[in-house]
Amino acid sequence: MKLKALLVFVLAAVLVSACSVAFAADRKIVVGFAQIGAESDWRVANTNSIRTACEEAGFDLRFVDGQQRQENQIKALRDFITQGVDVIGFSPVVESGWDEVIAEINEAGIPLILLDRTTDIAGDNYFVTWIGSDFLEEGRKAGRWLVEYMQKTGRGRDEINIVELQGTVGSGPAIDRKKGFEEVIKDYPNLRITQSQTGDFTRDLGKTVMESFLKRGERIDVLYAHNDDMALGAIQAIKEAGLKPAEDVIVIGVDAVKGAFEAMLAGEMNVTVECSPLLGPQFVEAVQAIMAGKELPKITYSIEYVYSQEVTRRVVDGRQF
Amino acid sequence: MKNVRKITSSKTFPPLVALFGILLFNVFLNPGFLTITIVEGHFFGQLIDILNRAVPIMILGIGMTLVIATGGTDLSCGALLALSGAVAVSLIRGKSTILNPETETPFIIVILATLAVASLCGLWNGFLVAKIGIQPIVATLILMTAGRGIAQLITGARNLTTGYPPFSVIGQGWFLMFPVPVFIAAGVFLLVWFLVRKTAFGLFVEAVGINASAARYSGINATLVIMTVYMISGFCAGVAGLIYASNIMCADATNAGLNFELDAILAVVLGGTSMMGGRIYLGGTVIGALIIMALTKSIYAFDVAPESALVVKAAAVVMVVLIQSPLFQNFRGRVRACLPFGRRAGEGA
Repeated sequence: MKLKALLVFVLAAVLVSACSVAFAADRKIVVGFAQIGAESDWRVANTNSIRTACEEAGFDLRFVDGQQRQENQIKALRDFITQGVDVIGFSPVVESGWDEVIAEINEAGIPLILLDRTTDIAGDNYFVTWIGSDFLEEGRKAGRWLVEYMQKTGRGRDEINIVELQGTVGSGPAIDRKKGFEEVIKDYPNLRITQSQTGDFTRDLGKTVMESFLKRGERIDVLYAHNDDMALGAIQAIKEAGLKPAEDVIVIGVDAVKGAFEAMLAGEMNVTVECSPLLGPQFVEAVQAIMAGKELPKITYSIEYVYSQEVTRRVVDGRQF
Repeated sequence: MKNVRKITSSKTFPPLVALFGILLFNVFLNPGFLTITIVEGHFFGQLIDILNRAVPIMILGIGMTLVIATGGTDLSCGALLALSGAVAVSLIRGKSTILNPETETPFIIVILATLAVASLCGLWNGFLVAKIGIQPIVATLILMTAGRGIAQLITGARNLTTGYPPFSVIGQGWFLMFPVPVFIAAGVFLLVWFLVRKTAFGLFVEAVGINASAARYSGINATLVIMTVYMISGFCAGVAGLIYASNIMCADATNAGLNFELDAILAVVLGGTSMMGGRIYLGGTVIGALIIMALTKSIYAFDVAPESALVVKAAAVVMVVLIQSPLFQNFRGRVRACLPFGRRAGEGA
């Protein structure tokens, strides 16, 4: 009798383990994604792209919106570790302060993919790959466009006063878009940044800060905004001051959101440097490569253009964001 | 002399001093700050901007003053501001964009619907606090998070832009050379002031704030008073939301009114209203909101590096709060007693 019972027990155990093996083979890849928030149209398009791509690839996506707060994102990352997800995707809201939680991720052995933004942690061993835009290059593109435009319009030697609307203090794009832009214009002493202040990437602050810039009594020739939303807010402030945006004050934005194209078609904005949010497909590819055990390059840039006022309606209508 | 003393011992005197201090600071170190010119037939200058941009905080603060006077807090007003902006723009929007300024909903319906939604949300807060008996911070915390969520749901978490000209009047229009929002704020102020000072309602609010049970025993319907007060706060958030959205012609559900509830509370406190409840200083709140905006604008005007702007702001706020502290008030009293026209012996504080 005892032997029979043992036999049944062993049989049952084999059955159960066989089942679990079968489930494991069929198990979906679990991806945790800690997004910054929904602070701009760009970010929303970015979120949608990630969601759609992951859905199509059949991943089990655990998506957390950090509402632009670091503490929310840290909590989300810790949750992912406890849940034991296969891969973590992460767009850090600011650059600093991630050392501890990222060390925990590394300790847990979960591959980390950085999207769009970076952290200030030294070295590149803590993440598998970074996918996103080259913010430094975006800043340079904006700078180069301005230099060319000034030469084209015969103002290449004029004294040009530039005001700058910075992004969120301490964020990757704000730091690099500033640096890249300054890198280019420093070779042209007639181009000078006279005022610079943060507009936190929002329309309201873009308008409020620009309004203050305009009251300082200095001539303003160019506005360089670190994103289109701030530029769109600032355009209203320029109009309220009785000036013509895009004519009296040249308006440069970054991101290429739909509102910027509308403003350009209305003749109120000069140029926007694209920062493509559609990173979803590239993210999915990276996750699949990691799961297949393939090597990945440390940096993957998305392809981006500069759109000046001479954009066609076709481009606008074809935009998803 | 008696008048001077009456003014200086008034509760709104310290915040006024602080406001003038900030402006004076600018006059000496930042010439041009007070210059007002005329551009396109209306006033144009930093002072006008301060007045104009302080309006959303001011209106939220007016509602908040009443809530705080009952001993409560309304944390949801910033989120309700975002919600009403989302309601208004999504109703107007239809197919309208910057290039195609049209509306599908009659404008008056847009305004009324927005204010109704905001007031109902306020009423919900009041219901939770007065009927269910949840602590105000917890009760309003619900809509603080959920309200913004609903707003994002309405806008699809995108910045809904509109180009409908009549809507722009609310936040960007000019009337008698002054910005329209200033008149709206004045209207809300007068309305609430009338309600509080010319009817018994103000007395009821203060009575409930000092001791709700005692007020109830003396025949005041405390439940009704509290619910009304939260509804007024919701209504104020609705008005502020319309102004905010109209100013940028966009419903920015994520960033609109972010942390404004804290600025509104700060405005109330800077204005001399105690968080303990029982007192209403509407004028003080208006000055408090002006102090906050004057500070912000000064920081921009001085081109303080963005990295240190918040520290400068915090330091200034600490100074203003210190001026109002009992310790400083005592000191002021003692100084005054030494002056030739100082108080006579036995005169109360």
